[in-house]
Amino acid sequence: MPEPRTIRVDVLTRVEGEGALHIRLRGDAIEEVQLNIYEPPRLFEALLRGRPLEEVPDITARICGICPVAYQMTSVHALEAALGVQISPEIRRLRRLLYCGEWIESHALHIHLLHAPDFLGYESGLAMAADFPQEVNRGLRLKKHGNELLEVLGGRAIHPINVAVGGFYRAPRREELAALIPDFEWGLQAAVETTRWVAGLNFPKFTRPYEMVALVHPDEYPFNEGSVTSTAGTSVAVTEYERHFEEVHVAHSTALQSQRTSGGASYFVGPLARVNLNRDRLSPTAQRVADEIGFVTPCLNPYQSIVARALEVVHAYEEALTIVRDYRPFQPPRISYEYRTGEGRAATEAPRGLIYHRYAVNETGQVELAKIVPPTSQNQKQMEDDLRSFLPGIMHETDERIATLCEQLVRTYDPCISCSTHFLKVYRERH
Amino acid sequence: MAAKPKLAVFKFASCDGCQLSLLDAEDELLALAGAVDISYFPEASSHMAPGPYEVALVEGSITTPHDAERIREVRRQSKFLMTIGACATAGGIQSLRNWGDSQEFLKAVYARPEYIQTLATSTAIADHVPVDFELRGCPINHHQLVEILTSLIAGRRPRTPTHCVCLDCKRRGTVCVTVAQGIPCLGPVTQSGCGALCPAYDRGCYGCYGPVGQSNAASLGDHLVAAGTPPLQLVPLFRSFNGYAPEFKTESDRLAAQSAGGG
Repeated sequence: MPEPRTIRVDVLTRVEGEGALHIRLRGDAIEEVQLNIYEPPRLFEALLRGRPLEEVPDITARICGICPVAYQMTSVHALEAALGVQISPEIRRLRRLLYCGEWIESHALHIHLLHAPDFLGYESGLAMAADFPQEVNRGLRLKKHGNELLEVLGGRAIHPINVAVGGFYRAPRREELAALIPDFEWGLQAAVETTRWVAGLNFPKFTRPYEMVALVHPDEYPFNEGSVTSTAGTSVAVTEYERHFEEVHVAHSTALQSQRTSGGASYFVGPLARVNLNRDRLSPTAQRVADEIGFVTPCLNPYQSIVARALEVVHAYEEALTIVRDYRPFQPPRISYEYRTGEGRAATEAPRGLIYHRYAVNETGQVELAKIVPPTSQNQKQMEDDLRSFLPGIMHETDERIATLCEQLVRTYDPCISCSTHFLKVYRERH
Repeated sequence: MAAKPKLAVFKFASCDGCQLSLLDAEDELLALAGAVDISYFPEASSHMAPGPYEVALVEGSITTPHDAERIREVRRQSKFLMTIGACATAGGIQSLRNWGDSQEFLKAVYARPEYIQTLATSTAIADHVPVDFELRGCPINHHQLVEILTSLIAGRRPRTPTHCVCLDCKRRGTVCVTVAQGIPCLGPVTQSGCGALCPAYDRGCYGCYGPVGQSNAASLGDHLVAAGTPPLQLVPLFRSFNGYAPEFKTESDRLAAQSAGGG
């Protein structure tokens, strides 16, 4: 029997949060694939209990410093469902605008500083800057625009303070938003350039028969609302999410990983899933660029997620410009409500994919139960499955090269593992 | 010219937002990367050089036995250790477990809590090792971060403003939300750093930058109770992102006792 060959990536880099990868091979057999996310658990679902419901968007923001808006948006929609609050069209538009800022900031960071270095052979975006100054500087400027929008509308880019259950604490003044227009007009063109650039990268030939899942809305590209839809034909209301997708605490593991309730299969969430399911509802410029670069949907190559991200940056700029140009201040910025006992669910689209929250609240306005399913915990099982399918084709490589290639495959998901509402650790052994 | 100082960024229990602030300094980032040797910053680079380091930025709180060990090694490897953010300086929002039963918290989240290794408390870095400088905020202000790194590179002593949020409201021309609208606000006892954001958005400060030096939290608590907010409602206000900072902890415990005593 040949000696086992162990490949370890002790620290996954250029991902948010901390994780490791352990692979054990014996001969041509894969003995073990572990995606070990060793983020210490922070127990948000437990600590939310008993807190005033008004604080929930402030607290859940702290799950993730990269996508706080996703947690805030999902919390307020779920709590509004519990309280029976109907928000106004003006509030709804401003929430889409806030999400545009987060997608721009998060996607621009991943595309230019975290992911592109893999295709071009650099250890970081900063190291890449010497040879690709134009691209890196463009990425930094796009990211800055996203942050500026978050600052105007949310008060600050990380952990915005203006999101409230029922709406916003204060609606922005028209001139505050209008000041963004020149930068955003430049940014829309720059995002098109970025899309053309990433479309020309050299993608490894790797596709899988993914079931991709995203929100789908009849009239718009999904941010805050839609039915939970899969490329395999499932389409259900958000209230039915937990019947179709479950979190499992696997034996011999500490993983809470998501899977399809029926059959236990993995599924794929994120920008590529969104574009595949919503291509016709991308903004006009994003659709035109997708056609120009020959982006064929459904695309089942995870490495091309970088192109999907870039198309979404184009979309976010174009939609943000539309909202900002039409904006008029309105009253009230926040819909009032009475406390009542109830339960509410919501799903929205975080930069990294579908995110789901459920809350129960009581008649004194306190949280009684919180359930939070972040995008990366949903992709976790899919990443493992990908690695198992990917490894046989690269067994002949050196251990160091295998480690690098596997890390790159994981990075295509833009995993954000600081969202340790659950401690995600995968441990599998085969005898 | 001397070799560029080696900078390392370490993460403990946190949301990543404070280290992201370094990447959010878009205008200064490339210049900064030229002035220091970014030796260990896994979120941004696959290049990971071993210590020792001249400057270590530490994000996050200590919540596991492994991390309680790891922070000692980080300290040994680092000449100047600076904590960044409320988790590292006060234990963060995850320190709410310190008032509860951590095993019960685990059971609320996991089907098999026995698999999870965690401490009963979430504590600040300074509770475990000596800290050379604490940068406050939830999240930190990236302008302050750049200013401090610039000071360190230039060999100057780093400084951040230590006045309370109230002064920033006055400078900004924001009408006091407590006086004018009766909204409970932690501005009088919270350190400056955010630019007095919340009152400018018609809401009370919730203490992201932690207690200001010589704060009189009990006086503020008494004032807010006298103005009509029941003590029980003030407990979560003091007990949040910096809730385990001693001044805020003492006041939230006092208000909780007052509420229990008063029925």
